[in-house]
Amino acid sequence: METQTLVGTLAKHPFLVGMLPHHVDRLASMAFEVKFKQDEFIFREGDESGFFYLLLSGKVALEVQAPARTFRIQVVGEGEELGWSSLLSPARKCFQARCLEPVIALAFDGVRLRGACDADSEFGYCLMKNVLGVVAERLQATRLQLLDVFKPVGSKMI
Amino acid sequence: MTAASVMTPLAARVARVDKETHDTFTLAMESGNGVDLPRFRPGQFSMLYLFGAGELPISISGDPEKPGELVYTVRSVGQVTYALVTRKPGDSVGVRGPFGTQWPLASARGRDILIVAGGIGLAPLRPAIYHILRQRGDYGRLVLLYGARGPRDLLYKKELSAWSYLPDTQVLTTVDYGGVNWRGHVGVVTTLFRFIRLQPGQTTAFICGPELMMRYVVRELETRGMPAGHIHLSMERNMKCAVGFCGHCQMGPHFICKDGPIFPYPEMRPWLDRYEL
Ligand SMILES: Cc1cc2nc3c(=O)[nH]c(=O)nc-3n(C[C@H](O)[C@H](O)[C@H](O)COP(=O)(O)OP(=O)(O)OC[C@H]3O[C@@H](n4cnc5c(N)ncnc54)[C@H](O)[C@@H]3O)c2cc1C
Repeated sequence: METQTLVGTLAKHPFLVGMLPHHVDRLASMAFEVKFKQDEFIFREGDESGFFYLLLSGKVALEVQAPARTFRIQVVGEGEELGWSSLLSPARKCFQARCLEPVIALAFDGVRLRGACDADSEFGYCLMKNVLGVVAERLQATRLQLLDVFKPVGSKMI
Repeated sequence: MTAASVMTPLAARVARVDKETHDTFTLAMESGNGVDLPRFRPGQFSMLYLFGAGELPISISGDPEKPGELVYTVRSVGQVTYALVTRKPGDSVGVRGPFGTQWPLASARGRDILIVAGGIGLAPLRPAIYHILRQRGDYGRLVLLYGARGPRDLLYKKELSAWSYLPDTQVLTTVDYGGVNWRGHVGVVTTLFRFIRLQPGQTTAFICGPELMMRYVVRELETRGMPAGHIHLSMERNMKCAVGFCGHCQMGPHFICKDGPIFPYPEMRPWLDRYEL
């Protein structure tokens, strides 16, 4: 993708809402387009967190493997983010990310992003504020999921 | 409605029973004695009486323009609902009503409609969807967000799929827990808001589902700038008499049975978070 197209695509992504144009340019200078096939794994549990992704199209399932079972925790899609833990100090992935459809995304190397945040704290603050928004939203959704609001209430189930 | 039909059940007969999910069935009732079954408005409910088992409120989930039958979608959660879903065609059921307020379809004309349903909460919204689809030109965009516990708990799967292909209509479903064979969305219903274009000032929202779900949906809508007065909820708390007599379903000054079950959100705001009532 050319730089101008990248800037345009990035500016429209919901993750960048409220970011200043020069922050968008800065992110664009670090972004590159990636494509994944349906059923391909973007990362697996235990991988070193490497990349942060902004999804442009397609759907990705976040899953946890348990003995004889796979739990699908969440599905993220167009306009959403993936791999925010790569913005923290190196950690291993707690989930696997499986493409449910062909996926196009913009990828950012976590190490480079962290370096840019350290070098320019204003940029770093804006980026981390948006990341915190994503994390808070996911935490809220997970809490609601834990409440299990649809769980069967009665005893006389069929 | 005559005084008699308020308290005396009409004789109805089960015409069809369709299995929706492992614990939920749709029953179509027809007249049991030649007396026409009453018409209803989307969002209203009946009191269904089963001899020897008891009586309970169930929303009408069928098409309001199909006179002659009343359709109910029932989830088996206890003694009476179990007795209801195990009825066979030809069995008799007493029907009182219809009771209650309706979805404000008239005042929502010309506006976009956002429907958010959780679990069995899609049942009282289906008549509103039938109405909107029949009077398509009267409404703007129709967006349906529907969440259930798992893929096997989703109601009306064929209809959901058919509606999703209609012009100016967006249907998004999600489940709280999905297995690997489920290719759809996983996450609570509020996570679907990211995928819709909401014009808050131009939209009327109808919501029905577990109260906790409705509380979070309302918060999400308010965060997105939706005026509270355009949000309507169906409060399906347990009731007994259905005519504002026994006080079983009272929430503050409101009787769910006679003032509801559908309320504008501002009227419910003080009570939605209070479970000890
Ligand atoms: C206006 C209105 C419309 C309704 N529409 C439908 C419908 O279309 N389809 C449907 O399946 N059900 C509907 N319900 C709920 C239904 O009436 C109850 O599930 C039913 O009364 C339970 O009776 P039971 O004897 O089978 O179970 P019970 O033994 O009385 O209860 C079994 C369990 O369900 C819980 N419960 C009972 N009623 C409710 C309720 N209203 N909300 C949450 N939990 C409850 C009880 O606390 C208990 O844990 C509606 C309720 C109202 C008030």
